[in-house]
Amino acid sequence: MSEHTQTGEITAAQAAHSEEHGQAHAHQVSYGTYFMVWLGLVALTAVTVTIAGIQLGSLTLITAMLIASVKTALVGYHFMHLKYDNIIIKVFVLVCLVIFLTFWVLTFSDLSFR
Amino acid sequence: MTEHSEVMQEQTHAHGGAHVHRDDEGSKMAMWLFLFTELLLFGGLFLLYGAYRFEYADGFKVAAADMNSFIGAINTIILLTSSLSVALSIAAIQRNQKKLTMAMLWFTILCGLAFLVNKYFEWSHEIHNGIYPGGPALENMSNGEVIYFGLYYVMTGLHGLHVIVGLIFIGFIMVFISRDKITSTNFQKLENAGLYWHLVDVIWIFLFPLFYLLH
Amino acid sequence: MANGTLANEVSYLEYQGKHKGIMGWLLSVDHKRIGLMYLMAILIFFFVAMTLGVLMRLEMLTPGETIMKPSTYNSVFTLHGVIMVFLFIIPAIPAVFGNFMLPIQIGAKDVAFPRLNLFSWYLYMVGAVLAVFSLFVGEGPADTGWTFYVPYSIRSAQNVTLTTMAAFVLGFSSILTGLNFVVTIHRLRAPGMTWFRMPLFVWGLYATSWIQVLATPVIGITLALIMLERFMGIGVFDPALGGDPILYQHLFWIYSHPAVYIMILPAMGVVSEILPTFSRKDIFGYKQIAISSLGIALIGYLVWGHHMFVSGMSDTSRIVFSLLTFLVAIPTGVKIFNWVATLYKASIKFSAPLYYVLGFIFIFSIGGLTGLVLGALATDIHVTDTYFVVAHFHYVMFGGMGIMFFATMHYWFPKVFGKMYNEKIAVIACTIIIIGFNVLYFPFFIMGYMGMPRRYYDYLPQFEGWHILSTVGSWILVSGIVFMFGNLFYGLLKGPKAAVNPWGGTTLEWKVPSPPPLENFDEIPVVTGGPYVHDKPTYIMHPGKEGINTNGGPKTINQEAAL
Repeated sequence: MSEHTQTGEITAAQAAHSEEHGQAHAHQVSYGTYFMVWLGLVALTAVTVTIAGIQLGSLTLITAMLIASVKTALVGYHFMHLKYDNIIIKVFVLVCLVIFLTFWVLTFSDLSFR
Repeated sequence: MTEHSEVMQEQTHAHGGAHVHRDDEGSKMAMWLFLFTELLLFGGLFLLYGAYRFEYADGFKVAAADMNSFIGAINTIILLTSSLSVALSIAAIQRNQKKLTMAMLWFTILCGLAFLVNKYFEWSHEIHNGIYPGGPALENMSNGEVIYFGLYYVMTGLHGLHVIVGLIFIGFIMVFISRDKITSTNFQKLENAGLYWHLVDVIWIFLFPLFYLLH
Repeated sequence: MANGTLANEVSYLEYQGKHKGIMGWLLSVDHKRIGLMYLMAILIFFFVAMTLGVLMRLEMLTPGETIMKPSTYNSVFTLHGVIMVFLFIIPAIPAVFGNFMLPIQIGAKDVAFPRLNLFSWYLYMVGAVLAVFSLFVGEGPADTGWTFYVPYSIRSAQNVTLTTMAAFVLGFSSILTGLNFVVTIHRLRAPGMTWFRMPLFVWGLYATSWIQVLATPVIGITLALIMLERFMGIGVFDPALGGDPILYQHLFWIYSHPAVYIMILPAMGVVSEILPTFSRKDIFGYKQIAISSLGIALIGYLVWGHHMFVSGMSDTSRIVFSLLTFLVAIPTGVKIFNWVATLYKASIKFSAPLYYVLGFIFIFSIGGLTGLVLGALATDIHVTDTYFVVAHFHYVMFGGMGIMFFATMHYWFPKVFGKMYNEKIAVIACTIIIIGFNVLYFPFFIMGYMGMPRRYYDYLPQFEGWHILSTVGSWILVSGIVFMFGNLFYGLLKGPKAAVNPWGGTTLEWKVPSPPPLENFDEIPVVTGGPYVHDKPTYIMHPGKEGINTNGGPKTINQEAAL
């Protein structure tokens, strides 16, 4: 573990005194950025509705889920400020998603071979 | 709880700090952990959806064809917009623009209510047509369709419940803001409410294509 | 500071805050008082569930009806399971001793969210009240077994809804405790308390807390679906409507298998505390034990299917789950070997907690190795739903977690209450418990292997001898347990005052008075070394007095801390 992460997350006592604690919120995202993200989200919604109208067969589900994932990533990264969060929060999110994914993979190891 | 505040203040005093102990990072961490539990709560349902879609692909397609994807799309836009306004409210409080913050949160609440009103009309339309668990229309349907509508009601219902909780959460936050308990230097509570609201949005981002589009 | 000094002059037991008397407990957000409130509630339910267990053994004394009807027996084993699992085994060590010791061991004054902590306790009580309520209203207590398998749990006319509701609420209590602990461990460690200087009990709790956060919600939604299925017939688990009961089993075990590690990891953590104390040397393989806790937690998510080998799931899945199950043996083996290696060439001081630990290692090894029999696909099919399975999970649950809960009560008794128990009686009680335990449960392995099915109130005459032996074992075990609690209770009332560090322990809780003051520490200590170093001090208890400036601390302390 590097010196940097230690000071970043090791104790509240340290955190309460370190200057970066206050700066955690100093990332002032411009209103414009948020609008652009929103425009992107609306555009992706339009795309997913349009694609659903076309008969793509088995690809329909995959594209819809891909688009939903991209939208989720946009919301998480920008609206939920993951972009500016400590590495530890990012690791948490990753662990949670990996565990969730294993639930799927192992359940389908049953369903798809029955 | 005075004991509590004593304890927490002590922690700071012991280190010679001047301000009251506050751990924004810890508070955010707790909120994220809570969001994980929400994600896995819905996760179980998504897993069921996946399993039954796999088992009853045709039934699900037939059932989804009945859904009004226009209302679904409108509701998606409404929630996305409310997510924007929550994000903007945080940007506004950082810039010490209290009025704008409140305006954005009022707008969020309006969006949330609009979403619920739409949902209400949608549900009552379906219930009117006899489409609900144990309803007359379901008797003539295949197993796949019955399960589709079972999941539809549970998942959108649980999501609707989260919208309501989110609205109450934001309502409390607005009281705090108006009493200056939340300010440009102390706004983790607002940030947490925002995180919760975005999660509600993210769940819907998946519910929308799964129930309205994949026919 | 004025308040703080005042509060720190008396112990947490004597401290009088804003609220007096009983309200000073019910409204207290002090982690130690909340821990004790959990202890009281949990012990009550332990005795209830134990009584149910004894009644079941009594019923099995003779073939046919001995003391109860088959339907009563169904309800009794369901309640025994539900109460033991959700009200005792899962919360016991984390909620009682985790709450009490975690903040002290990492050098903090409380958990990260004290009020949330109290709220968890109230949720626990609400869940408990619901569970008790289900006994007396409607058609009588649930008769589904603690697993609530569909479709029977949907059809049963008994009070399944209330019981699942209780488990649902208890789940949320568990989640909030886990969430609180994760944040506490991340944010409130004292200066210099790096990850690899944390006591191993804290590591166990950390792994446990993650499972609580990332698995419990799944059981929440699953049980909620059972309730909805009963009320509205949504069809997701009802075969008559096209639902798939095996999916219920998947969702149930996605939580309930990791929950097995919620039960055992904190217990293993305590083993790693007691061994270095009574061996008077550093634990062998500290890092391996710490990491293996996380390893067990992680692998715990991958093996739930081994509960479902005969459910009708796909062959591929059965092989995959069987293979993955064997992986659990690796981190568990790492722990066992390191514990035994800690004892090697140690100057061992025999004492009640250590006797329990030795009993644990013996019993848990039997439980763990028979787990491999059940994890292996072919042998599992032979013994599925027999007493073999019952024997296995009592060896790991009761023999693992239960025995360690007793060990924990003895080990931290002087710290929690500031009194000593009678050592001689404690050792005698421990011996009776371990003998009784094996007489009670070992015949289960034999009967199970011979084909005695579980959850029947009756049996073939050929099993009678084993059943009688086992029932006698239950009497030995219970008298040992009563003896043990009597001794502890007598110690609490009449025992001599405990010293600050009666065992020669090296972790932080042994540096504060017994019982600890309200805020644990006058000053947040500074940590300069590992948790089990016996020959030199690794904590500076009054850094302010010694002129150590913790404000500039991180740099100087962390240089020493280099991981």
